[in-house]
Amino acid sequence: MSVVPKDLKYSREHEWIKVDGNIGVIGITDFAQKSLGDIVFIELPGVGDEISAGDSFGVVESVKAASDLYAPVSGKVVEVNEEVIESPQLVNEDPYGKGWMIKVEISNEAELDELLSPEDYEKLLEEEGE
Amino acid sequence: MGSYPLIFELSKEGRTGFELPELDVPAKDINNLIPEEMQRKTEPDLPEVAEVDVVRHYIGLSRRNFGVDNGFYPLGSCTMKYNPKVNEDTSRLAGFAELHPYVPEELAQGALELLYDAEQYLKEITGMDRFTFQPAAGAHGEFTGLMIIKAYLEKKGEKRTKVIVPDSAHGTNPATAAMCGFDVISIKSNDRGLVDPEELAKVLDNDVAALMLTNPNTLGLFEEEIVKIAKMVHDVGGLLYYDGANLNAIMGVTRPGDMGFDVMHINLHKTFSTPHGGGGPGSGPVGVKAHLAEFLPVPVVEKDGDRYYFNYNLPNSIGKVRTFYGNFLVVVKAYTYLKALGGEGLTDVSQKAVLNANYLREKLKKYFYLPYDRLCKHEFVLSGKWQKEKGVRTLDIAKRLLDYGVHPPTIYFPLIVDEALMIEPTETESKETLDRFIEVMLTINREVEENPELLHEAPHVTPVKRLDEVGAARNPILRWSKDWQK
Amino acid sequence: MKYTPHTPDEVREMLSSLGLNTIDELFSDIPEEIKLKRPLNLPSGMSELEVKKHLANLAAKNGSADKYTVFLGAGVYDHYVPAVVNHILLRSEFYTAYTPYQAEMSQGVLQSIFEYQTMICELTGLDITNASMYDGGSALAEAALMAVNQTRRDKVLVLATVHPEYRSVVKTYTWGPEIEVVEVPYKNGIVDLEKLEELIDDKTAAVLVQHPNFFGQLEPVEEISRLIHAQKGLLVVAVDPISLGILKPPAEYGADIAVGDGQALGNGLSFGGPHLGFFAARKDLARRMPGRLVGLTTDKEGNRGFVLTLQAREQHIRREKATSNICSNQALNALAATVYLATVGKKGLKEIALQSLQKAHYTYERLIGEGYEPLFTGPFFKEFVVKVKDEEEITQKLLKHNILAGPGISRFYPELAPALMIAVTEKRTREEIDSLVEVLGGDR
Repeated sequence: MSVVPKDLKYSREHEWIKVDGNIGVIGITDFAQKSLGDIVFIELPGVGDEISAGDSFGVVESVKAASDLYAPVSGKVVEVNEEVIESPQLVNEDPYGKGWMIKVEISNEAELDELLSPEDYEKLLEEEGE
Repeated sequence: MGSYPLIFELSKEGRTGFELPELDVPAKDINNLIPEEMQRKTEPDLPEVAEVDVVRHYIGLSRRNFGVDNGFYPLGSCTMKYNPKVNEDTSRLAGFAELHPYVPEELAQGALELLYDAEQYLKEITGMDRFTFQPAAGAHGEFTGLMIIKAYLEKKGEKRTKVIVPDSAHGTNPATAAMCGFDVISIKSNDRGLVDPEELAKVLDNDVAALMLTNPNTLGLFEEEIVKIAKMVHDVGGLLYYDGANLNAIMGVTRPGDMGFDVMHINLHKTFSTPHGGGGPGSGPVGVKAHLAEFLPVPVVEKDGDRYYFNYNLPNSIGKVRTFYGNFLVVVKAYTYLKALGGEGLTDVSQKAVLNANYLREKLKKYFYLPYDRLCKHEFVLSGKWQKEKGVRTLDIAKRLLDYGVHPPTIYFPLIVDEALMIEPTETESKETLDRFIEVMLTINREVEENPELLHEAPHVTPVKRLDEVGAARNPILRWSKDWQK
Repeated sequence: MKYTPHTPDEVREMLSSLGLNTIDELFSDIPEEIKLKRPLNLPSGMSELEVKKHLANLAAKNGSADKYTVFLGAGVYDHYVPAVVNHILLRSEFYTAYTPYQAEMSQGVLQSIFEYQTMICELTGLDITNASMYDGGSALAEAALMAVNQTRRDKVLVLATVHPEYRSVVKTYTWGPEIEVVEVPYKNGIVDLEKLEELIDDKTAAVLVQHPNFFGQLEPVEEISRLIHAQKGLLVVAVDPISLGILKPPAEYGADIAVGDGQALGNGLSFGGPHLGFFAARKDLARRMPGRLVGLTTDKEGNRGFVLTLQAREQHIRREKATSNICSNQALNALAATVYLATVGKKGLKEIALQSLQKAHYTYERLIGEGYEPLFTGPFFKEFVVKVKDEEEITQKLLKHNILAGPGISRFYPELAPALMIAVTEKRTREEIDSLVEVLGGDR
């Protein structure tokens, strides 16, 4: 079973976001990293780039799969985790901690209401056969 | 066993394996011929070895490789049939192998006649009206075919944007459609593993340029509703593209042209016995119905009385997709095969290919889950899900097959079957070979129960053991470096 | 001739294990309305003996290099292929293998590709090379697409001195994604730099150059490099690999991508194919590369081994988002190139390039001595163009002496006609060159 922390919000595309004031920290879920397998490469936007909810903001690759990263919210990228770019395995080892990917300045907080609660996300995982 | 040196590591300064005659024209100072700033200052670090070093090195490497000549190679969707030796001889005849592509046409009559005659064979086998041999591989043929469709539609004044691809399709189909500037619409297969006309109806509209289909499909199943599907696509003004990867199943039985397809490619390196070469050269001739012939790449080969010639005069041609006329020597091999087999022989090929596949399917289905349990064509797809429940993955089974001297089937494809094992025995394998494969698969299945570790650790007898693909991708090292020796 | 091993008894036995009586029943899932219901209307099969004779008869009708002295070039060159190349290619462990998906069983192909990648990097000076493309033309076209993706710009400049067939392929490839292709005119056989400067702007993804160009002339690559890089576009150059024995490696003049046709590296004339396209680039472009890449790794016992890597770029994983649709490439031709480069080595390659250069210039000087006028006067490598009175007439006259030269320039550049292209490799002897000059000289 995949870990689904209670203090986060989730997208249907298996990203999580942790909100702290108007800053959102974004990564991919435990389920996502398990489905991908050993992650070998991560492409992330640069600091200052604008991302918009639902659009692709980067890519994660394992040996046998590649997956776009979808922005759970819109906003400006204020920090990028250089460490995961250097060591993509951090996403496998610690998806909710050291495996975080970007921090964004959230431009439209209403978008957060569109995201899934931990309970809803667990339901989604059940539907997907987890 | 173990590490094998690279050719660079055999290099000794001053050693040579090559000599030219003395220069027999007056030598000029190179600085008077090539401006100094355009000259190379440091020599490329190519190996310095004797001829015998080259021979032993690459013979050694060949022994670390496995081809159809080494043993059974049931790699699904790749049609790894035996490659007749005479093909190698005919394609090396000087009249073909040492022919310059720009000789005047009167000096290429044999080559042109061969291309012309080969086209006649392909037309009859497929029911299409014209062929080009320019595409160098299957994916290249797909590209050519879709561009022809695009040109046809644009000439009609239609700018259609969508190409429909079933979820069981080869990855090249959606990749090609995207390369040609189309949006890819993927449709789900139904529970019989086929295109579902109802799903298709939902996505059909006036923006659809084409449906790309492999028939029999990648599950080895014949698309039984093909006539209806063709009509539905044509009714909205779209065209049908036939991916010829699986043509080996139907020769002399049914033809893409009669099913309603407008454009198709053939993989000569699958159906027509030309060797795969460890990943090419292939050849992907494209066939079209008459209404699309004006869009073929230039040149096409024509005949006027006894004279053959290249026709470049196709004003609506899509242009060229590669230089010259395609992988000509591969066509020579395929043509040799076509001539050797004739109509009856080609029909026999498909009959035996389908017989072999069904024989294996029937014998293996008790031990490996068969998601679509009915008559297959030249291949079928098993799932390793029963074995997965016991902790052994399809990858482990594949690696264990290496220990038994069998090339594994295609694995994890098509994507719609969990833990897929796609098995295509081809027609050139005897019943004894098939029986031995069945025995090996059953042995492995017993090992899943008795000694799963043996599978997790496989392969055991190959030149190298299981390789670290993750490490290779995380830290890509794509060339040798002299610093390694230090 | 049949290659199926089944005896009639075995067929019956296999059918009966399926509960079937006839072969036809295996096809009962195919609707009757689309069944062929007649035998294929093709000639009967032939024995090996007959088929060999038939093919030999066809081959004999062709004017190949074993019968003619070849001064034809224009992208395919009559360089010498050492005997060892064909002998390695005939090892059927190589030629009857598929793409090396099962690495543990395919180390031979994988390692040879790794060696090939290294050699092309050495020739071009660039960091990475893929496992090969179909040919020089499609490699150039894929390079244009890659430059567009990398720069996110949608205009490509291509010099009018690039091989006309390469340009045609580029146009076909760029039509789907709606990339604008602009041709840069030539002046005295090389790029018109002023025009180039005018045409390069901040929408230009790349300029595509051939060096030496179609006419054999050397392009001012350093200057082109400065112009395109000033606007942050990429320099894509198509090179003759033999020329790199003496010409500066593309990386040294700033090429971001170097491609070319590898025919000259151990592959015969082959009526234009199969050859291989090579494709090399800067390291930071690795994930935008089309095609296969082989990488170094280790097995679980620490032995060195090789695998296909960075596969997430490719069609079988990325599907419609792949960097290209390419799947099969030209692996066996790349093996020929590898064995060739290993055999001739660094000294041999240089010698081949130098002899081609010297012999081409000897031919050129002698023709000028006979009163011929060169079409262009800039420095060239192994190919040049001279003005003639009548292309067809001179070609026929040469044929009578078993000499192939050309093609006539009118085929691709009618505005430059009448003129004849002449390519000279290390294979041509002084005697052969003198015969060419003699025949041409008599025409003056």
